[in-house]
Amino acid sequence: MTADIAAQVTAILAREALLDATEVRADLPASDLGLDSLGLVEAIFAIEERFGITVPFNANRPEATAFGTATVGEIIAEVEALVRARG
Amino acid sequence: MRRVVITGAGTVNPLSQSVADTIAGLIAGRTAIRTLDLPDADRLTVGIGAPVTDFDPARHFPPRDLALLDRATQFALQSARQAVASSGLTAMPPGAGVIVGTAGGGHETAEAAYRAVFAEGRERVHPFTVPRLMMNAPASRIGIEFGCKGPTFAVSSACASANHAIGLAFQMIRSGAAPAMLAGGADAMLTFGGLKAWEGLRVLSPDGCRPFDRMRNGLVMGEGAAIYLLEEREAALARGAPVLAEVAGFSMGADAEDMVLPSAAGAERAMRGALADAGLAPGEVGYVKAHGTGTRANDRAEAEAIRATFPGGVAVSSTKGAHGHLMGAAGAVELLACLAALRGEGIAPTVGLADPDPDCALDLVQRAPRTAEVSACLANAFAFGGLNAVLALRRA
Repeated sequence: MTADIAAQVTAILAREALLDATEVRADLPASDLGLDSLGLVEAIFAIEERFGITVPFNANRPEATAFGTATVGEIIAEVEALVRARG
Repeated sequence: MRRVVITGAGTVNPLSQSVADTIAGLIAGRTAIRTLDLPDADRLTVGIGAPVTDFDPARHFPPRDLALLDRATQFALQSARQAVASSGLTAMPPGAGVIVGTAGGGHETAEAAYRAVFAEGRERVHPFTVPRLMMNAPASRIGIEFGCKGPTFAVSSACASANHAIGLAFQMIRSGAAPAMLAGGADAMLTFGGLKAWEGLRVLSPDGCRPFDRMRNGLVMGEGAAIYLLEEREAALARGAPVLAEVAGFSMGADAEDMVLPSAAGAERAMRGALADAGLAPGEVGYVKAHGTGTRANDRAEAEAIRATFPGGVAVSSTKGAHGHLMGAAGAVELLACLAALRGEGIAPTVGLADPDPDCALDLVQRAPRTAEVSACLANAFAFGGLNAVLALRRA
């Protein structure tokens, strides 16, 4: 399940960032994905729809979630935690 | 060149349904932001807004008329009635027109119609769905009531709609295209679908509007309208009209950069343009009514633009913490703060601002109204899509 979430989040981020999935490594900072503000919001929307979760991301407080400032690996961990919390 | 004055004002907004009481609320620093009581509110991630409460349509419109009026048009029409009544004008002069800015038009009507056919499986929508939801409904309906046969249309430029409407009305009178105009903005998007749309963009604050504050975390949606009567100055003076202010200049432009991120350079160009159009030097301006949405991006860019335009400093406030973001009506309702400042009633404080962000270093009016001699002011409105519209007003 966890590997599956990681692969799917990676695929979504890669699609939104117009990158190959192999380029979206776990240690890549989100800011290096090259997503603009709308691209980031679209990626989060796709992840929410895929997993049936709500990511508490506010564009005015991006640092409050992993999507703002952290790495791809930390984003994946946050999605995994949200999926677990969803039950 | 003809000069243009404001001789009437009217409003329905979250603070109040009268101009005098709205100004009193703005000066007192009241806020109308509250927990929303909407069907399905538990499915929204953001549960606050600034609704117009205690607005009873049946008190203002007979049933047959009401069937044709979306909530936004109701707000606009009621505001126009107040504006004309307060102007003392008994009939609009021949050739007068109406321009109303709106971002969402008959949003509530569209939402109800779609809910009926998509969600509820009904086979038909209300027969007046089209005339209710069309963007020009507020302008047309006002024109019908007051017999305005001149230039009449809607302007839609998101959150700058009202400033564009008032600015175009000003230009029409100045150029001689019309002797008088009713102009302003109206919006009523504070619905489940409207909130969902804004929620999706992730710029709404979950807990309050704090323009220019270090802790600001987004905008808060409101609804309402304000409409003004603009007249050619000589005609207005000849009839002994109550002159509230002179519209001295207007400038509009586009960033041509980004659909949602604002540009400080674009805002600065619009402010400088309005000053030049009005023949004002920066030092003559005593107040800038900021767009001040409480989003991280707007407030930082706007502060940078104001600093660049006014190197000598200028008093600044935003009133969105008092009544929320009225979208296409924002610039119209907020213009009341300019009228108050020019008429010596004080500069409205920035409700919600407690800890100014060093990123937004400005002479911000906060906590209490400021007493100041203001002989000229600017009113900013900046919209998604990179559209900027700035009005310059002078004391009458």
